[in-house]
Amino acid sequence: MHEVGIASSILEAGRAETARRPGARLTAIGVRVGVLSGVDVDALRFAFECIVTDTEEKNVAFTIESCPRVNRCEPCGHEFESPSNLPFSDAPCPRCQSRQTRFVSGDQLDLKFIEVEEP
Amino acid sequence: MTVVRVEEKVLNENQRIALELRRRYEENRVLCLNLISSPGSGKTTLLEKTLASFRPEERVAVLTGDLQTENDARRLARYGFPVQQIVTGGVCHLDGKMIERALEKWSLADLDLLLIENVGNLVCPSSYDLGEESKIVLLSVTEGEDKPLKYPSIFHKAALLVLTKVDLLPYVPFDMEAAKANARSVHPEMEILEVSCSTGQGMDAWQAWLQQRRAGAGLQAASR
Repeated sequence: MHEVGIASSILEAGRAETARRPGARLTAIGVRVGVLSGVDVDALRFAFECIVTDTEEKNVAFTIESCPRVNRCEPCGHEFESPSNLPFSDAPCPRCQSRQTRFVSGDQLDLKFIEVEEP
Repeated sequence: MTVVRVEEKVLNENQRIALELRRRYEENRVLCLNLISSPGSGKTTLLEKTLASFRPEERVAVLTGDLQTENDARRLARYGFPVQQIVTGGVCHLDGKMIERALEKWSLADLDLLLIENVGNLVCPSSYDLGEESKIVLLSVTEGEDKPLKYPSIFHKAALLVLTKVDLLPYVPFDMEAAKANARSVHPEMEILEVSCSTGQGMDAWQAWLQQRRAGAGLQAASR
């Protein structure tokens, strides 16, 4: 819903990192987006393409790594990907079958890397 | 070609502002709560009833966010406490900078409690930290009891779920127990209250929660 704002934040962050390297030109940005981040990956990709049009970043490669929902099993400590189409409580631990599992990650919205061409 | 590992939050700038806001709230011993829900779940009404219950000397202020109009601020201003409308002009959430800008008009030293009514939206506001002590999510019984599963991020992050409009339960097919189970499956420790702003049911428990939170933040519940 707010993907244009997020895309702008990503571009700004990429620009700021690039600016720390004198003469460098930004060529790629990589982000990590969790399924629970509230950000739609396709909409984000589209938003990024739109905002870089007519800027010097128009050829910047934009990579998105989608991250699954991960639950941790309380009794045995095992961490596993839990399908996001199931209620949290219906994601039993694949190792010990316990249903006492809790959400640990899947809401990432992180800048992972940038790629720059340096003189 | 050089690859630079960055590993920071995309919303790093917002996070920086939120941390600064949180520091200022703590320094001034202000409890800040961020109310989030779908449009029409009753955030403004809950705030109206809450303000109406406070003594005039309470050091309370409200920031209310909407895409357009000053309607909510007008509704809330009737209770005599400082209220500011933040018109986002189409932006679907409040961010740290908007709060920072609004707070320039007030002195935090004059406040004990800052209530923020976010833009009606269960998705985007969950991504933006406003420096609040807690997020509170509202869900009305005229909505689906599966909302915690559809919008897990906000239910996972909110400390308290307020189920609103419970006076309508006889007329709607809302399954209260399923709603609570869904919320707890996303957030096992979540506190849950049932309220009706029309009949006043559950308002005591809500006010008690609020007072306990204020006490927990090292604040005087009564006026100083």
